[in-house]
Amino acid sequence: MGYPHKSHPRETTVLSKHFGDPEARSLAGWRQRGGYRALEQALGMGPADIVNVVKESGLRGRGGAGFPTGMKWSFMKPGDGKPHYLCCNADESEPGTFKDREIMRWTPHALIEGCAIGAHAIGAETAYIYIRGEFTEPIKVMEQAVQEAYRDGILGKNAMGTGKRVDVHVHRGAGAYICGEETALMNSLEGRRGNPRIKPPFPAVAGLFGQPTTINNVETLAAVPHILTNGAEWYTGMSLSSPKSTGTKLFSVCGNIRKPGNYEIVMGFPFKDFLYDLCGGPLPGRRFKAIIPGGSSVPIQTLEEAEATMMDYEGFVAQGTMLGSGGVIVFDDSQCMVKQIARLSRFYAHESCAQCTQCREGTAWTTRILERIEVGEGTMEDLDTLLDIAENMTGKTICVLSDSCATPVVSGIQKWRHEFEAHITQKRCPMRTAVAA
Amino acid sequence: MSGREEGALHAPAHASHGVRGHGHDQPYTPVFAGERRRQLDELLTRYPTKMAALLPALWMVQETHGWVSEPAMAEVAELLELTPAYVKGVVTFYTMYHQHPVGRHFIQVCTTSPCGACGAEDVARAFLKHTGCGELGVTSADGKFTVIEVECLGACGFATPVMINDEFLESVAPESVPQILASLK
Repeated sequence: MGYPHKSHPRETTVLSKHFGDPEARSLAGWRQRGGYRALEQALGMGPADIVNVVKESGLRGRGGAGFPTGMKWSFMKPGDGKPHYLCCNADESEPGTFKDREIMRWTPHALIEGCAIGAHAIGAETAYIYIRGEFTEPIKVMEQAVQEAYRDGILGKNAMGTGKRVDVHVHRGAGAYICGEETALMNSLEGRRGNPRIKPPFPAVAGLFGQPTTINNVETLAAVPHILTNGAEWYTGMSLSSPKSTGTKLFSVCGNIRKPGNYEIVMGFPFKDFLYDLCGGPLPGRRFKAIIPGGSSVPIQTLEEAEATMMDYEGFVAQGTMLGSGGVIVFDDSQCMVKQIARLSRFYAHESCAQCTQCREGTAWTTRILERIEVGEGTMEDLDTLLDIAENMTGKTICVLSDSCATPVVSGIQKWRHEFEAHITQKRCPMRTAVAA
Repeated sequence: MSGREEGALHAPAHASHGVRGHGHDQPYTPVFAGERRRQLDELLTRYPTKMAALLPALWMVQETHGWVSEPAMAEVAELLELTPAYVKGVVTFYTMYHQHPVGRHFIQVCTTSPCGACGAEDVARAFLKHTGCGELGVTSADGKFTVIEVECLGACGFATPVMINDEFLESVAPESVPQILASLK
């Protein structure tokens, strides 16, 4: 087990610099690598000054939506007499995404430091790191690191001797993709079923325990100490394409590709170079067919679209998709798109919290129809029905799980319609060998 | 029907269940006494409400008994000033709490798309074959194994990830399954 590859010369390792180095896990090791200087600096600054640095850096949320972090923090009003909370979303469950797992496994103190700085910046005394239940190793590593930080006086009622209170607690989830949705996470943390809440009120007004709350992704918070140490200009300087996308980003790569794993690049890096140079290109004798660049919830790209993409928030949108969580899923020419999309749909059907009708029914219908087409029992009308259901699942529910199920179905039928039609006319999967059939 | 009923994760009605901890018919031993009670009291200091300790408390139940029974739900409910029905509502929402006893080695194989494209279904089949479980969600006759498919374990670059109880294995191939099973007691 471990980090699967040495960093490529074209990577820019900020967050992943110490991946694979077990000594970086301990507090002493982290300190030797420059750890906790940013927190010390932050605790001597006023919250508004920290928020300004983060605003100027252009840092945007790394969990999926890409909302500017500094702006999110500025919605919190320190001194309003209410308890404030910081939630760290470590419920990494988006198929294709496994970057937060590596941050927590290898550099737990980076996350604790980011949480402590974030908490101070939004006027919170308590931060909760909500980690998905299956991440047994990251949970263990994070819990040990939190204990170390308490023992050393970094956390607690007198954080780093400044008289300020900063508590960080690890909270274990129990198996539910939907708890990565911010308000579902808050419900789950409160001891409820993980149903997303209707917004407004937004978390900054009434979030965890009904109090003003900010929620940030692991990767976002882990970037904050580096920004404070090196300055906002250093961060904005890391941008190869759109100036609205700054800094480095971790991309998780999986599926049919030579060198899967995590790669950290500067925003705006060419996707074509990324796929062929960094990740080694397709498996021997294969060709890439379809790429989902930002976790399973974003539109699927054709190879041509992917090769024309610059890897930042704007670049992915320009090529018909989204950066999302940075989970790159690659399918090669050995894969049946109908089967893959049906399997994704089954994922969403399984993970629907079932409170909205469009999602509860829509994810299940979509899955049944797709599975019917895959085994050769579909009709041409089914394709229209799927698109009709998808339309009714988009923009109509409390959260976007429903939209996420519809997205790959729509882009799949648009771009690989011939594969769907071949299943229907040949009454079988054309890619399945005679033996398997 | 809820979307949660879709897919192959749930045990068929005829599934036999193993006996890790107490079974359905055995007397219940309370979890929260002594050290466990102290741990729960410490947990309660982390949150402004008692209810927030529900998920951690249920984890402590499962670590002790191997599953979360109705008497356990009632015990937790009383301690956290909730109703047993409320606790059951929460337990049934989350896939990781076992509502029945499971095999001593609970094996979860990720078969979501990225792993599926890398042959995860063959890994799941190999586990079913070599454990003797035969079917997903069914516990082997000796009570040793239960195998289920699980949705995305968040380790897609290490296909196929498999969890056996709290142990997280990466890059499992069908050929390595007999050796993995042999290492389990």
